[in-house]
Amino acid sequence: MTPLQRRSLLLAPLGVAAVGGAAFWMLLDRMSEGTYDPHSLPSMLIGKPLPDFSLPGEAGAGFSSADIVAGKRPALVNFFASWCIPCVQEAPVLMQLKQRGTPIWGIAYKDKSHDTDAFLQEHGNPYTRIARDQPGTTAINFGLYGVPETYVVDSTGIVRWRWAGGLSDDVVNQYLNPLLQRLA
Amino acid sequence: MKLVSALLLGMLLVAPAYAVSDPAELLPNRAQELRAEAIGEQLRCLVCQNESVEQSDADLARDLRHIIRQRVVAGDSDQQVVDWMVARYGDFVRLRPPFNVTTLVLWLAPGIALVAGAVAVFIARRRRPVAVAPLNEAERQRLADLLNS
Repeated sequence: MTPLQRRSLLLAPLGVAAVGGAAFWMLLDRMSEGTYDPHSLPSMLIGKPLPDFSLPGEAGAGFSSADIVAGKRPALVNFFASWCIPCVQEAPVLMQLKQRGTPIWGIAYKDKSHDTDAFLQEHGNPYTRIARDQPGTTAINFGLYGVPETYVVDSTGIVRWRWAGGLSDDVVNQYLNPLLQRLA
Repeated sequence: MKLVSALLLGMLLVAPAYAVSDPAELLPNRAQELRAEAIGEQLRCLVCQNESVEQSDADLARDLRHIIRQRVVAGDSDQQVVDWMVARYGDFVRLRPPFNVTTLVLWLAPGIALVAGAVAVFIARRRRPVAVAPLNEAERQRLADLLNS
């Protein structure tokens, strides 16, 4: 090894630190944008049919998985709760999606009926229909591990996408809108 | 000293803390309950992500404990219960990841590290400067002369 090679070797740790730092910066940037969540898990439902369920709603309303598939068009299934803070943050984003005309099926997760009503009064109701999952069993069949979670179902009832956590404008622009355009 | 050993012994005797806060959660059949606990110990709480379903106090973990017990009572084997969870939450729900293509590097890492270390040691040993040849007769003579002068 020539002395020059030896000296350039000293720069190697610096290079490693620079690459690591750049990667870390990109990570933090995406985290602050809300397009990356280090705790998020891959969904087992992607590419599979919507799990079977039939849930009650207000005054005998509610809906089942068959109702969503019967719509024969791409739809969103959104698990939410009045006690969930990110749900408040994503409420305006869902209202904007409603404007687009995409059906949004809301499932209130472990929520009290009058609390859900108050929540929708305050933050707006973006949902086509609302069902209640009081025991949380349907949520477990979806592989849900927190609220809010949003699933995209295509026109044949296959789950195409899942977002765990609140939807932000960045997430909608980067992932959801392009996907809905492709499915339409 | 006696007090210290008594305290240490006491610490050893403390049973692992389970989050089962409600005794009604426990199955009346002791054998089934133990099986359910053993299964829950292998499953990750998806909310806290570093505790098992059996240890966690999260709502979801409580629901999962309940489902495990329902399935145990219904006669599912341990493997069937774990598979039921994996079908919904993926391999991440298992605290002990299975050996497959994605976890290959994870499982083989200790072996890879061992081989890499052995190679490094081997190379380092070969690089070591060769032992200096012993002095020949003329050199020994010269050294003696220098030391004596």
